[in-house]
Amino acid sequence: MSREPGVIIAGAAETNALGKLPDYSTLQLHIEAAVNAVADAGLSMRDIDGIATVNAPGPVQVAHALGITPAYMDGTAVGGTSFLLHVRHAAAAIRAGYASTVLITHGESGRSRVGASPFPRGASSMPGQFEAPYGTAGPTSAFTIPVLRYMKEYGLTHEQLAYVAVAQRKWAARNPRAMFRDLITVDDVLASRVVAWPFHLLECCLVTDGGGALVVTSAERAADFRKPAVHVLGTGESMDAPVISQMADFTESKAFRLAGQAAFAEAGITTTDVKHLMVYDAFAHVPIYGLEALGFTAKGEAGAFIADGNTEPGGRLPLNTNGGGLSYTHTGMYGMFAIQEGVRQVRGEAAAQVPDVDISVVVGNGGMFATSGVLVLGRQAH
Amino acid sequence: MSTPGQPARQTPAKPVPEPTPDTQPFWDGCAAGELRIQRCRACGKPYFYPRPVCPECGSTDVEWFTASGRATLYSYVINHRPARGFEDDGPYAIAVVELAEGPRMMTNLVGVPNTPEDLILDMELQVTFERRGAISLPVFAPAGAGQ
Repeated sequence: MSREPGVIIAGAAETNALGKLPDYSTLQLHIEAAVNAVADAGLSMRDIDGIATVNAPGPVQVAHALGITPAYMDGTAVGGTSFLLHVRHAAAAIRAGYASTVLITHGESGRSRVGASPFPRGASSMPGQFEAPYGTAGPTSAFTIPVLRYMKEYGLTHEQLAYVAVAQRKWAARNPRAMFRDLITVDDVLASRVVAWPFHLLECCLVTDGGGALVVTSAERAADFRKPAVHVLGTGESMDAPVISQMADFTESKAFRLAGQAAFAEAGITTTDVKHLMVYDAFAHVPIYGLEALGFTAKGEAGAFIADGNTEPGGRLPLNTNGGGLSYTHTGMYGMFAIQEGVRQVRGEAAAQVPDVDISVVVGNGGMFATSGVLVLGRQAH
Repeated sequence: MSTPGQPARQTPAKPVPEPTPDTQPFWDGCAAGELRIQRCRACGKPYFYPRPVCPECGSTDVEWFTASGRATLYSYVINHRPARGFEDDGPYAIAVVELAEGPRMMTNLVGVPNTPEDLILDMELQVTFERRGAISLPVFAPAGAGQ
């Protein structure tokens, strides 16, 4: 059931550069992305009356730095998918009349850590009491834990898991902005350093600096902007567990499934309508969980689906066409970059453009399978 | 190896959990050599991590009980990039086990080489406790390993 009035993404841009940017503070990355996105829409900061971003620096700091006094603020911070939720919440705010033009920003000095907050994990927090004592060292050693259970239940092979990185590198090779562009083989992946067995280095995302921003407004203004409007046809959000050990089922993402169902229902689409897909890929298993949770393959079949070439250039379901977090960029909260590529594909301006993308779906992950937002983006209104 | 005249390299301490009022009975149980978790008196659901409400039915009529300490190996990774304090351990498994009573928890595996060949999913495990600062930390060993 589509909601009226419709909402569009009118402006979308990333920071000028991505990668290792030690000369940019976290706030600078937000500001550059915001300026670029507002210019992309052909607007000025005076047109912005709503702001959304995560802490830190958070919506107050970002709006103030840009000289905006918003009538609507969203500081939803549920991990790397937050920006997809910001789009969803902005759509609701615009429909409710709380704001007309919402700016969503992301900037993260994920690699250089300039002006970045330390990762807080007090010894009395839930992860501090029940996970950190066992030697978890960030997402590489925790987000990865479910996959052995999945492999046992569904027969996913190490080679199939490695092939996720191989397939995405084929897209990255076509994208001049991708950090890693040299083609790789399954043998290369399996020969790379073990980070957290069964994961090798090339099955883990990059750690980079960068940012991106979006301008969201009413579809009634769709003809007013420099570039083709990207319609937000459906949105969903959901969650699973705050810590990986409590994930409801290690072989499927409940959050992806529920957020996807909500977004598809609102957009009135099925998987066969989807011409282009982004699934947040912090690690090689996450796209496998995404494909299955949203029903693109039956459970247990996504590894073979990718290994058979279906998601790479020339395949029937182009997936993570910027190269993904594995090869393009990953600042820590990657969701903004997944949205950016969905927007570029619908507009027809992507580096590795897929022909005739009238529907793109973006699946976000927050934390370690903890939260998800899903967006259905389209070239046409309903 | 320490060089004469220079202090030996200090390995930083491993993280020590800091109990909160809602988790204190769990840590008290560990100190007594028992794995105490909670159960709902209204619907019977056992659950972990500690909290004062049943995640199944929402009842606040919940109680602590001593679990069997038996578990099976649900999933794991073998971490090669050690957390602070684990630098001298070599690659170590970070595991999630499923207690015989149903709930799952993260843990380390002791009394068994932490290799893919030795850590077989669904293998039977038994809780044991490891001293960590002022805390006893539950870890798991293969069942029948003669704890």
